[in-house]
This record gives sequence, structure tokens and C-alpha cells, in this order.
Amino acid sequence: MNKKNIIKKAEKYRWEIGDDFHDAVIETIYKEASSIAENTVTDKNVSSTLDFKLDRILTSKIYGFPIMLALLAIVFWLTIQGANIPSAFLSYLLVDLLHGLLKSFSAFLSMPNFIDGILIDGAYLSAAWVVSVMLPPMAIFFPLFTLLEDFGYLPRVAFNLDGIYQRVGAHGKQALTMTMGFGCNAAGVVASRIIDSPRERLIAIITNNFSLCNGRWPTQILIATIFIGSVVPSYVAGIVSSAAVIFIAVLGVLFSFAVSWSLSNSLLKGVGSAFSLELPPYRPPRFWQTIYTSLIDRTLIVLWRAVVFAAPAGVVIWLVANVEINNITLAKYFVDFSNPFGMMLGLNGVILLAYIIAIPANEIVLPTILMLTTLTVNIAGAGVGNGVLFETDSINATAEILKAGGWTTLTGLSIMLFSLLHNPCSTTIYTIYKETKSMKWTFVATFLPILLGVIVCFFTAQVWRIFAG
Amino acid sequence: MKEIESNCSTCPAHNLSNLKSLGIDMSDFDYVIALAGNPNTGKSTVFNSLTGLKQHTGNWPGKTVSRAEGGFVFKNKKYKIVDLPGTYSLLSTSTDEDIARNFILFGQPDVTVIVVDATRLERNLNLTLQVLEITDRAVLCLNLVDEAERNNIFVDVKSLSKELGIPVIPCQARQKIGITELLTAIDEVIQGKYICKPRRISKYHPSIENAINDISNELKKEFPLLPNSRWVAMRILEGDQNIIESVETGKIGEILENQKVSELNE
Repeated sequence: MNKKNIIKKAEKYRWEIGDDFHDAVIETIYKEASSIAENTVTDKNVSSTLDFKLDRILTSKIYGFPIMLALLAIVFWLTIQGANIPSAFLSYLLVDLLHGLLKSFSAFLSMPNFIDGILIDGAYLSAAWVVSVMLPPMAIFFPLFTLLEDFGYLPRVAFNLDGIYQRVGAHGKQALTMTMGFGCNAAGVVASRIIDSPRERLIAIITNNFSLCNGRWPTQILIATIFIGSVVPSYVAGIVSSAAVIFIAVLGVLFSFAVSWSLSNSLLKGVGSAFSLELPPYRPPRFWQTIYTSLIDRTLIVLWRAVVFAAPAGVVIWLVANVEINNITLAKYFVDFSNPFGMMLGLNGVILLAYIIAIPANEIVLPTILMLTTLTVNIAGAGVGNGVLFETDSINATAEILKAGGWTTLTGLSIMLFSLLHNPCSTTIYTIYKETKSMKWTFVATFLPILLGVIVCFFTAQVWRIFAG
Repeated sequence: MKEIESNCSTCPAHNLSNLKSLGIDMSDFDYVIALAGNPNTGKSTVFNSLTGLKQHTGNWPGKTVSRAEGGFVFKNKKYKIVDLPGTYSLLSTSTDEDIARNFILFGQPDVTVIVVDATRLERNLNLTLQVLEITDRAVLCLNLVDEAERNNIFVDVKSLSKELGIPVIPCQARQKIGITELLTAIDEVIQGKYICKPRRISKYHPSIENAINDISNELKKEFPLLPNSRWVAMRILEGDQNIIESVETGKIGEILENQKVSELNE
């Protein structure tokens, strides 16, 4: 009998036995497993253990969401309160001291102005700025977040959300990839491989950008501290700014629901498939080890990436700020040209230019904005000179510069919204292309968030201007 | 001829050409180990403690999306270890399950280490039994025993080993406890000091049993050296396209014959 006939014969049997075969096999395996377990495992009242009790609260329909928000609030509050002092110290060290030293060193070598500008005022200063502004919040935020992850809380977040994802026509596992996106969108996009259906996987990939990533948390936290925290009395400032950041994060999750729903009712029609999510046991986090690995694995890697992208971006910033045509710099051309459009969105031309320069990494959006702001407005006493990323010894100094640049509370709010709703960074875009192998979907994933950002910012600005005058 | 035989008796059992086609470069290694298990049982942690690598681990199911590979040396032998994606079964077809199943079946690793969570042994045994259906050489790593004890769950290691027919090593991979014992067990299985007698499921419903036996006998006629015709028959009856294809092309015969020849020589 040849090979084909065996298969034919099997097909005949399959018709006779029907679907029962698969079920019967599984049933037998389960019975066998259960009898082995019975013979070898002694357990005493599992249902009353701590895990079970914890899960009843943390994944409860009533308390699940409030606890989730409260935990996030604590993490942000600690980050916001804790980051200020080390940030000022690093800025003093890297920008005040070292930049000055480098400048006098280059003067000693009588380096040409052009090279000195590109290397020291461009590349070095923007890298130094990124380190002093981003390292402290990251060094607090990531260990805290990793402790929660190590404890086993993130799968509970996914558990709380997966029902909603299924109802909007996506895969429940998207709750997991979305939560991973809170770390890094590129990682979240890669993690979408755990979803088998190509339709649901595409939805997960396209909507991952709605999870605020590492590169955007510091921007959110800083802007919230400056513009939201400052409009309320100082004793509630920390809480209010934390609430603002949570609001943006939650808004992102809501957008991921809404966009998943729209996609699965238009371009990617279909019904969400079922899956089982096993809740892993809670594990007491290994405290010091977690602190250590999250500093090495996450903080330093993200920081390194930011520095690597910031240095060449610094060169670009220096160039657009110093190369002149008809006595007007390239930056000023673009800023003047795009300013009306920016204002319509509650933003300004500087912010739009910064978002273009900072496509490689969200981490450097804020430093770029600060540099461009000093360029376009004259701020007495601030900065080393035109087109130079300058020192900001503390968050207060940053605030002064931005306010001098014409920023209002609306600008702060709008940039928080736009930071949530804009194109993914170039790494993520490239990852999306690699994962989907489709220009079309890469295009959708890149431009859909920008479109949403423009719409949301536009309406926010109009409503704000009506009510706030 | 004699020289070849003596070489064969010491040569590793893994299937070199198939490992190559699965993307595993074995030029610098003596043995290959596969790491299988349910999601979130600490497979990646076991992987890290064996290799000293720092693959990111987390209390998080589905961390390992595709295969991770590493190497280590134990008793002067070089081992390659492949961390397979965590799956609940090898039956239904998801990409993860295909990766894991194909690797164990076609790659013929020298030993498959099955990592199970002691706090959820019964559920984990479902996968264990399925792995034992397709491989003869396996070691069970009973991970998270400390956590189980904290939850008042106690596993009788000796009788579990007897039930399954393979070595069972209690571990706390996060604290690196039990890793040396695990390595010793792997070595013993590879060197033939411990002969596995893996438990195979044999009590299905009569009508199903009949179909399995029929197809299995046909397979034996077509591929006389096929060691696990029952398992292959079951997959064909289930309509597993992957297996059906490898039967139609005769690929399955080649792989399993190679293995059989090496076993006969031992």
C-alpha cells in the first residue's frame, strides 16, 4: 500500500469517527494526567490560599479597575516626586560643568567654529540633556514597573482588559501585547506574534502605538509637572500631575479599544476568537535583583538608545538652527511656515518641527523643543547662544523657557495628547514593516495615529479656546 | 564496518541534517537539548541558569515568542540548548505549538527537558504526556517546588518518576537550586545510564483504538523502521496537515529510520 492510500484510508476513518476523535484523545490525555496527579500530589485546601484571595480582589469586577488606576497613580507619583533633585544634579554635572570644560578645551585647540558647534553644542549637549532629563525618572519608573511585573500583576491587567478586547472584535491576547507596549512599542509589535489569526494580529500591531512607551513617559511626566501641576496649589501638584499622566495613559487604552473596534468593523472585518489566559501565581519579587536588572535591562538600554539617537539629532538641530538662507535659519523658515497650523492644534511650529526631527526616538522630543524654543524667542539669560541646546538646571528653568516661548496650559495639554497620538518612532515603524511585510499596513500604522492626533488636538484647542477665552 | 559501529555506539542520537534544516548549527556542539513546557513555568529561567545568559524573563505567559538558543559545557561535553515557546499542548495547531512539536519530532534532540510548574502539576502533565508520546529521552524538571510547598502542595517525586518513566528533578530555578541535579540527570539519560521508559497512552475508545491500529499497521508496512507508528497514525486521523505532508513525501520515514538505525546499533 502506498503513502497516498494510507492518507485516504485515514480520511475515511475520520468521516466515520468525526470530531469525536480529537475530543476523545484530549479527554484520555486529561484523564491520564489527572490520575497521575492524584497518585503523586498532596495538596491541602488550595482555594483558601493567598493567591486566590488576591485574585478575587485584583481581578474583581468592582475593584479591578480602581486598583489598577491607584497602582499606576502611586508609581507616577513616586516618579514625579523623586526625579527632580537627581535631575538637577546631573544637569549641573553634565551641562554646566562638562560642557564648559569641553568648550574651553576646543577653544584651547582653536577648533573651527563649525566643528565645535556640531560636535559640542550639537551632539554632546543634546546627549547630555537627554541623560540628565531622562535618567532620573526612568531609574525610578522602570524598577517600580518591573517590580509589579515580577510580582505577577501585569497578567491581571490583561485579564481585566481581555473581555473588552474580545467585545471590540480583537483577540484577548491583545491585552498582553498592549501592556508590553507600555514598555516599548517595538517590543509590543514583536510580541503580537502570540496572536495566531493574521487579522487580529494586524489589529494588535496597528493599535500598539496607543500604549505610551518608555520614550514618551518622561515627556508626559515632565509636561504634566510643569503645566498641569503648576495651575493647582503646590500641596496637590504631585497628585494632580500624576492624575493627568494617568488620564493620558487611560485615554490611550480607550483609543486602542475604539480603533480596534473600527478596524474590525471596516478594513479588518471579523469576530474575536476565544483563548484561555492562565493567571500565573503571584511571586514575591526578588527586590534587589529586580532593581538591578531593570536598571541594566531597561533603563540603560532605553537611555543608550536615546543617547545614540540624540547625538546625531543634535547635529541636525544645530544645522537647521545655524544654516542660513538670506540671513534666516532653516529652522525659522519651517517654524514660521508651520506655526499657523500648529496653533490650530493648540501646538506651535516649534513642536511640529521637533516631532519631525525626533522621528528616530520619542525620547528626544522635549530637548529638541527646548532648543528650538530658545532659537525662536529671545530669552534673556537662558542658553549659551543661538541654536545651542542649553542647560536647564531644574524643572523650574525648563518651565520658564517654555512659558517664555508662549506656552500655555493648553500647549501643555495639547502636547501631552499629541505625544500619545502621533506616528510611532522609526524603530517601531521598521519593526511593523518587518512583522507585516506590507507597505500598506505599515503606512496605516504610521499615519492613522497622526490623523487621530490632529483631530483630537484640533477639537481640544477649539473647545478650550471657547471656554477659557 | 566495525569501526563505524563503534562510532555509532558513542555518537549522539540527534538528527544532524534535520537540525540543520531547523536552523541549528551543531558544528561546535556534542549534544542538543530541547526545553519544553507550559507558558510561565520558568522555562526561560531554567534556560538562563543553564547557560548563564540573561534572556529577559518575566512573570508573564508567552515571553518566549520564538526559539532562543544557548550553549554550556558539562563534564567536558558541549551542549546546545534550545528554549521552545511555551505551549499547553502539542495537538491543536498554533504557530507556537508547531515550532515546539516540529523541533522535538524532527530535530530529535538528545534529551527533551520538560519544565513543569509544581503548583499546577495536573495541567502541566497534559503537555508532558504528549511530549513523551513523541520522544524516548526526556527529563522532567519539577520547577517552583518552593512555591508549591508554600501553598501546601507536595509532590511525591519518586512515584511521579515511576509513573512517567523518566527522571524527575525538583528545582527552584530562580534560586538556582536543583540545576546541578538536572544536569546530572540529562547526562545520565544521554550516556544511557538511565534508560527512559516513557509512559504512553494506550486506552482509547474501542472504535478509535481500531482506527489507530489499522492505520498504524499500514504505516509499519510502508515505513518498517518507524518507531512510533501509533502516534503518527493518531495525528493523521486527526487531520494534522504537517504530519500528513511528511507521510506523503516520505520525510517522516527518513527521520525516524535514522533514529532507529542508531538505536539498533546501541
